[in-house]
Amino acid sequence: MNLHRLGAIVSKELRQLRRDRMTLGMVIGIPVLQLLLFGFAINMDVRRLPAAIADESATSASRAIVQDLLATEVIQQVATARTADELVELLRQGRISVGIAIPHDFERRRGEGRELIQVMVDGSDSVVQSAARQLAQLPILQAQTGGSQMAAPISVLSFYNPERRSPVNIVPGLIGVILTLTMVLFTSIAIVRERERGNMELLITTPVTSAELMIGKVLPYIGLGLIQTSVVLLLGVWIFAVPIRGSVLDVYLSALLLIAANLSLGLLISTQARTQFQAMQMTFFVFLPSILLSGFMFPFAGMPAFAQWIAQLLPLTHFIRLIRGVMLRGASLGELMPSVLALLVFTTIMMALAILKFRKRLD
Amino acid sequence: MSISGHGDASLAIRARGISRRFGSLLAVDRVDLDVPRAAVYGFLGPNGSGKSTTIRMLCGLLMPSAGTIEVLGLRVPEQAEQLKQRMGYMTQRFSLFEDLSIRENLNFMATVQGLDRTAARKRVAALIAQYHFGDRAGQLAGTLSGGQRQRLALACAVVHEPELLLLDEPTSAVDPESRRDFWEKLFDLADAGTTILVSSHYMDEAERCHRLAILDHGRLVADGTPAELSAALEGRALLVRSVAPRRLREIITADTGVVSVAQIGNELRVLTIPDYRGLAVLSAALRSIDAEAQVERVKPTLEDVFVAATQGRTPESRTPPQ
Repeated sequence: MNLHRLGAIVSKELRQLRRDRMTLGMVIGIPVLQLLLFGFAINMDVRRLPAAIADESATSASRAIVQDLLATEVIQQVATARTADELVELLRQGRISVGIAIPHDFERRRGEGRELIQVMVDGSDSVVQSAARQLAQLPILQAQTGGSQMAAPISVLSFYNPERRSPVNIVPGLIGVILTLTMVLFTSIAIVRERERGNMELLITTPVTSAELMIGKVLPYIGLGLIQTSVVLLLGVWIFAVPIRGSVLDVYLSALLLIAANLSLGLLISTQARTQFQAMQMTFFVFLPSILLSGFMFPFAGMPAFAQWIAQLLPLTHFIRLIRGVMLRGASLGELMPSVLALLVFTTIMMALAILKFRKRLD
Repeated sequence: MSISGHGDASLAIRARGISRRFGSLLAVDRVDLDVPRAAVYGFLGPNGSGKSTTIRMLCGLLMPSAGTIEVLGLRVPEQAEQLKQRMGYMTQRFSLFEDLSIRENLNFMATVQGLDRTAARKRVAALIAQYHFGDRAGQLAGTLSGGQRQRLALACAVVHEPELLLLDEPTSAVDPESRRDFWEKLFDLADAGTTILVSSHYMDEAERCHRLAILDHGRLVADGTPAELSAALEGRALLVRSVAPRRLREIITADTGVVSVAQIGNELRVLTIPDYRGLAVLSAALRSIDAEAQVERVKPTLEDVFVAATQGRTPESRTPPQ
């Protein structure tokens, strides 16, 4: 390893980056856009679902139930219906997502302890469906069944995110998602582009070693990754008041671990891809499972064992454990050693493979 | 056809029986090469004849499927890394960084080739002056013209003053004047003791080389000095002058003793087989169509050498309209 040559590669890379407006724009643009998208647009708390209520019994008890339901704000009455059939019609037309039918024999059913109310749901949206199912579990409905079947009200206590605001869950993980997408993509493309443009053929006829070339390529991107981390953190704290309960240093160390893991993966991809398009495809091959299986979108514990096994191989899974631990639960990296080690092992293996696979030859 | 030179220190490159296979395609087929030091050695052949593959094997970029290579006394590919410090390589495609300036490209190559900071600064300044980049050293390489790019590529290839330069069709996309300048630079380098192996498909460039090798379908089909190669064809080149060259052409082509015919204006350049005895018969046949037609033996040119070696296949860049 010759530091002189390494320096030449790093400074060349920085110059090229400075002139590559597109990439620089993406470095800042992707985090900002994704943060705003996930923070505002993607809201997992379902509120004000369009609904209609057909109260065929029209008694004081049924009207009380309707008022209670509307008071939850999970649904919002947007249309009126007289019969259950009309509700079905409205559902099919897509004018409502939830229909609530109260049968005319409501009072008698109440006395017999039979089914009281039917909640019709537009099942084509799974989030709506689960929200409506929760609606059916509401204690107010159970209270109305009265008598011996009075169920104990179930209270849900939420730690760490008591207001159940999505951004608090999403922003820390989003750092990881953005780093996974951009770091893997940038490095793999940076090297494949040199191969496509013929630069590589020239470089490998010089005394530059594989390690110098790989490390020199990667170093500038570490800086970019840290900039992206800072952008997401700042916006997250300013706009969405996301807490950082652990130490900021631990947050950045976690980010560094993920950056290193992703860059080494990007390098490995670059040794295999022949065109920039292939590099992009391979990146998405890793990116999609990362987003879906890492626990960023769906809880890790709820996944089948097979999916969990795959998720353990993804750097993002371990980073999400780290960053949620540090930012939301105030844990220190020392308490999260398994994930730290997993990222270090991943990086080492990928880097070794990349340097091994990179041949200073054309065949 | 090659001169033997076992362990000869006067040879910069010595290759024996090198072959390279890509799947079922035999791109280079048992080629022997002897390139003397401090000479400009031309590598001629139609596109796809294996020139680039051979050059890439010589500098260790490709593994030969068979054969042995010794370059500057080093075994290739085993000692290719040591060779890289003593050799400069210019790729067929422009391979410098288009988003770096002339000076930045030179600086980068100088550092990568192991020059320290002061040496690099001196060398880059000298090259910028020597290659006439003085007023545009800050210009991005991507905005240079074809000729300027080739000059820059050459400057970068010689930044560490290598003993050997391998140039893969350096002038294929360059105008005639830039080509002439480029060759002046090559002769300056050869005079200073650099060995230059340059592939080309331009005959005028071949003429300038100290020695030539002609490749066809991956095989070495001729090897020698331009004078030797032309002399070997003595008596086989004919020139036919006529007002109706296209009609005569059919008759000439039908002659089994004729290897190739090429029209140049109102003249037909004809290459015959060795010891061609049908000249009188052919002349009579031609005069029966055009009484004024003149047939004479002329001195063979390198183009004739090329055509004879590649059996009628001409370099793509000069293929006459059929």
